[in-house]
Amino acid sequence: MKTIQIKGVSKVYGHTKALDKVDITIESDRIYGLLGRNGAGKTTLLNLMTNRIFPTEGEILIDGETVFENDRVLGNIFYMTEKNLYPEDERVRNIYKWIKEFYPSFDVEYAKDLSERFGLDTKKRVKSLSTGYTSIFKAVAALASNADILLLDEPVLGLDANHRDMFYKELISNYSESPKTIIISTHLIEEVASVIEEAIIIKEGKLILKQSVEELLSGAYLVSGEASKVDKYIQGRKCIGIDAIGSFKSVTVLEAVNNKDEALAEELELEFGKAELQKLFISLTN
Amino acid sequence: MLIDFNSEKPIYLQLAEAIEDNILKGIFEEETQIVSTTEISVKYKINPATAGKGVNVLVDEGILYKKRGLGMFVSAGAKEKILEKRRNSFYKEYVQSLLEEAAKLSISKEDIIKMIVGGNGIEDNSDKGSK
Repeated sequence: MKTIQIKGVSKVYGHTKALDKVDITIESDRIYGLLGRNGAGKTTLLNLMTNRIFPTEGEILIDGETVFENDRVLGNIFYMTEKNLYPEDERVRNIYKWIKEFYPSFDVEYAKDLSERFGLDTKKRVKSLSTGYTSIFKAVAALASNADILLLDEPVLGLDANHRDMFYKELISNYSESPKTIIISTHLIEEVASVIEEAIIIKEGKLILKQSVEELLSGAYLVSGEASKVDKYIQGRKCIGIDAIGSFKSVTVLEAVNNKDEALAEELELEFGKAELQKLFISLTN
Repeated sequence: MLIDFNSEKPIYLQLAEAIEDNILKGIFEEETQIVSTTEISVKYKINPATAGKGVNVLVDEGILYKKRGLGMFVSAGAKEKILEKRRNSFYKEYVQSLLEEAAKLSISKEDIIKMIVGGNGIEDNSDKGSK
């Protein structure tokens, strides 16, 4: 149970179309990045996948079965929400036990071990946790759930650099040991660029791109050097993300990396570099 | 092993080259096991599919081989294979760019040869100190 099909899904709130006829097929056992600006519809999509809200039109299937009021299917999806939905007055370790009631394959020992490694005191009540530790607590719950599908909405919110590093490493190690379908919704694009296999980009409720990160990055490159020379190089080429500091300019060119004009760049004393996923994202969603 | 996330070279190719470098340096010896793709993915925080792709490039070239249930091993003769491959690309990767840069700086081929032989720079053939 790992493939997710989103078929012609729209969600309307009053006069706002949060999602507009979205079609996405999520293959099993891959790590996806769900990217979009604030209000693009990322969380709406995740809520729909877990039957927390219902689509205005269209349907969502997991391995061919609808998620609509389907407990058996939903029991295999673990959704780490951005907001804390756990009882505030409860202690972390009690919540782990409580999660096990809903997710029988939840690994309490692993959750305790992970908590210790992250320095999360499981005797604490949820309401006394900082933003960072609330994220860690929810992330630990997701990693230990052993669900076939993990939906992670802003999993590293408020985490410091060390904890983010630990989280990504643990996620990869967990995924390698027991492959699962993972969707990470995040604003920290460069950080997940190498972790995710495919990027799903949505804008104003519409799917605008779903592609492997490697393919995406091989379709663009960075060129930099003296401004007037860079201008000469980019003439007739499709460009985005122009950055200029004094007479120095760097531009992301939307052209296959293999097609770059090395001879011309040599003549103009320009340097090539790698396109950033974040730059591509900004231009695609602007 | 170093992976440069700002390089325009795809991560999987960088990984394949880094493993080759380690074989050339003798850090990974022939007929011994190398680190698993999981360890590589975790250490560098890269998607396991990317790490797998890098390793598979070397499996396809016969530089690494898989032992079922055990892991990835360096093939016998791997070092020689890498040396041959790198020698073939040496002219294109190093000599050509050397000549291009030298042309920009108006350094002649003769001067380059002198630098290589003398190991020191063009001043070597000046008459410094003889007067």
